[in-house]
Amino acid sequence: MDFSYTEVQQMLQDQVQKFVHKSYDFDSRNSIVASEKGFSAEHWQLFAELGWLAVPFTEEDGGLGGSAVDLMVIMEEFGKANLVEPYLATAVLSGCLVAQLAEGETKEALLGGIIGGESQFACAYAEPGSRFNLASVTSSATTSGDQVTINGNKTAVENAPNADKLVVIARESGDRFASSGISAFLVDAGTEGISMRSYATVDGKRAAEVSFNNVVVPVNARLGAAGEALPALRVAVDRATLAVSAEAVGALEALLQKTVEYSKTRKQFGTPIGSFQALQHRMADMFVQCQMARSIVIMAAMSLDSADSAQQKTRAVSAAKSRVGKAIKLVGQEAIQIHGGIGMTEELDVGHLFKRVTALDLLFGDEEFHLQRFASL
Amino acid sequence: MNADFTSEELAFQQEVREFLATEFPADLKDKVDNNIRLTKDDMVRWQKILFAKGWAAPSWPEEYGGTGWTHTQRHIFATEMGLYGAPEPIPFGMKMVAPVIMAYGSEEQKQRFLPDILASNVWWCQGYSEPNAGSDLASLKTSAVRDGDHYVVNGSKTWNTLGQYADWIFCLVRTDNTAKKQEGISFLLIDMKTPGITVKPIVLLDGFPEVNEVFFDDVRVPAENLIGEENKGWTYAKVLLTHERTNIAGVPRSKRRLDALKRLAEETEDGFGKTMADNPSIQQRIAEMEIELQALEYSELRSLAALSVGKAPGPESSILKIVGTELAQAMDEMFLELSGYSSLPFVPEQFEAEFEGERLGPGSTNAAALTYFNNRKLSIFGGSNEIQRNIICKAVLGL
Ligand SMILES: Cc1cc2nc3c(=O)[nH]c(=O)nc-3n(C[C@H](O)[C@H](O)[C@H](O)COP(=O)(O)OP(=O)(O)OC[C@H]3O[C@@H](n4cnc5c(N)ncnc54)[C@H](O)[C@@H]3O)c2cc1C
Repeated sequence: MDFSYTEVQQMLQDQVQKFVHKSYDFDSRNSIVASEKGFSAEHWQLFAELGWLAVPFTEEDGGLGGSAVDLMVIMEEFGKANLVEPYLATAVLSGCLVAQLAEGETKEALLGGIIGGESQFACAYAEPGSRFNLASVTSSATTSGDQVTINGNKTAVENAPNADKLVVIARESGDRFASSGISAFLVDAGTEGISMRSYATVDGKRAAEVSFNNVVVPVNARLGAAGEALPALRVAVDRATLAVSAEAVGALEALLQKTVEYSKTRKQFGTPIGSFQALQHRMADMFVQCQMARSIVIMAAMSLDSADSAQQKTRAVSAAKSRVGKAIKLVGQEAIQIHGGIGMTEELDVGHLFKRVTALDLLFGDEEFHLQRFASL
Repeated sequence: MNADFTSEELAFQQEVREFLATEFPADLKDKVDNNIRLTKDDMVRWQKILFAKGWAAPSWPEEYGGTGWTHTQRHIFATEMGLYGAPEPIPFGMKMVAPVIMAYGSEEQKQRFLPDILASNVWWCQGYSEPNAGSDLASLKTSAVRDGDHYVVNGSKTWNTLGQYADWIFCLVRTDNTAKKQEGISFLLIDMKTPGITVKPIVLLDGFPEVNEVFFDDVRVPAENLIGEENKGWTYAKVLLTHERTNIAGVPRSKRRLDALKRLAEETEDGFGKTMADNPSIQQRIAEMEIELQALEYSELRSLAALSVGKAPGPESSILKIVGTELAQAMDEMFLELSGYSSLPFVPEQFEAEFEGERLGPGSTNAAALTYFNNRKLSIFGGSNEIQRNIICKAVLGL
């Protein structure tokens, strides 16, 4: 048994912490959020140079090894900083799909583009009525000759407004909930027939509702075999779920730390509010929740890196996401409550972290969904 | 023991229902139903309709233009308003400063201020809290120094709800630095147009500047705007705080929202071919909220019954505040959960009437996250829920 970080993990953590310390304080983040693209292209290049964009990928694929624990380490630090760069959408979710499904030169070129920081990806999978069921796909892909025509609507597609390429999940055959018949297509974001309603998300990222209206792509835009993309999508989403759980652990830790700090300096009734036992116990509970969340995420990351069966891995991920969801509500709400009025404002980072963890609770399935998935496996 | 309404009360209930159905403007109803923010003009328009009917101030004595209703009638009125979605009048004038003016103001002050409050001609805001005086309100520092027939006010107030609309602000100010902190406070009415006042909006987590910081820089306020005696302001304010805490349970509003929650559950696909209303865990949690709401309603009725036989509002208002706000927040959580990915967009401007772009549908689900964020305030203001628990410990449990 060994819970210590490897040298690489230690280095990753130090690097991200240094970067955040130097370039990603609250004000810098705010100006990035307010900028046109909503992320910093300069930072993105730095991420590429430092090899961070290679973390999710195996060495074979030109990456740093692709361990889930590495990913956890980096995501946790991103969570503390409330980072808005589209790491999850591009390098984790889309990257993991491409790594599984693409082949040969296409794969090399696509992953090279991600790892090198040249391309931005978005994965268009969720639909207005699908909730968190990945197999619920109504968007259609119809092949005729060497062309495929895609139709359908996708919701909350993170990073779509900035993406060069979209990985689009669409159905080639079967009814709405069938596990087979689902394919993934690589589509240039500028292709005719794609329209986007872009927006900022509650946690300061960019996303869009994307609709595909007779979007025509060549058949070789299909990634992997026809109708067989669902298992790969599940693996990619599980990995992304682990990633956001780790991100939440970092953000919760930051919320706890900032709340404790604040309670030591904020005085009411002539004494720091941190001296009230009513609040002390609540902060102790926040600490307990943070630790439980961290433990279960470590458990899940280790499972993903182990020889566990696919089902065991999925179960571990659901355990983590649902337990983290519980921690998110308690720690997030208490952080605001203990800050009082100032916690309710846009002026303090605490409110923004609260909004981030609230969004993370939802992404890829909330506490309830994962609890039920865990129970069903 | 019975909780039935008399036939007169039932007739009154019917009258209120008819009034709302005919008089609450359709465009406002539409906004309320679609989570579009009411503008200042909207709110004033509605309050003036209530005024024309003679129903603007149910809690006021008849001599000042109140309705002369019994506690039960007031309860019926508030319930029907809440169930229908008709907003309660903005409380600052009607429910907060007016009772203080009635109890402690001079005859001249009553005549000068009350009619305009009743007719919604003047918008008031509450200037109590300061950056360093929140829960410990009595430590407030904004000073008022007597200079001839004026007070010169310096300092800053914060968290003033809708202060950007206000014509007047009622303030607690320090007039004596030497006395015990509660004993050097006075109650002062200030015209917001007085030179030296600056209002700085504070944007909350839902993207709306609901509150403001108000700065006072050598603001000269006529001494005739002092309520009652100098240095007695704390006593007056405490009376006002009890008023602020009644009706805080929000039972009618929560009933309305519970219905909306059930509808939303029925309309929300679970992604597996059923709806969220078919999910046993969701059913159970909604049932729990409904039961809590019933217990809350009966707690409120019990305290109402006590008021009706002349008892002053006591620590039971702390129960209503705690349970009412925490239940409202639990509902926010459920709305958010049911809304799923629809709650992710942060487009606060689409909830403003003047928004002209394409609204992201479907309606209420987009507002779910914003409401969840905003309603964290419920357990912070009006005496935080920790302070309410402290009150129960001291005043009831003798701890
Ligand atoms: C949206 C909003 C609107 C508001 N509108 C108005 C308005 O119109 N006018 C106005 O004057 N004010 C208004 N307020 C201010 C509100 O009354 C204060 O926020 C409230 O009194 C709490 O003060 P604070 O924010 O300074 O928090 P603090 O008093 O600093 O409290 C911070 C935390 O410490 C806890 N705490 C404090 N003392 C104790 C104790 N003894 N024991 C245990 N816990 C304790 C609190 O409960 C809270 O959790 C508004 C606030 C909000 C958020």
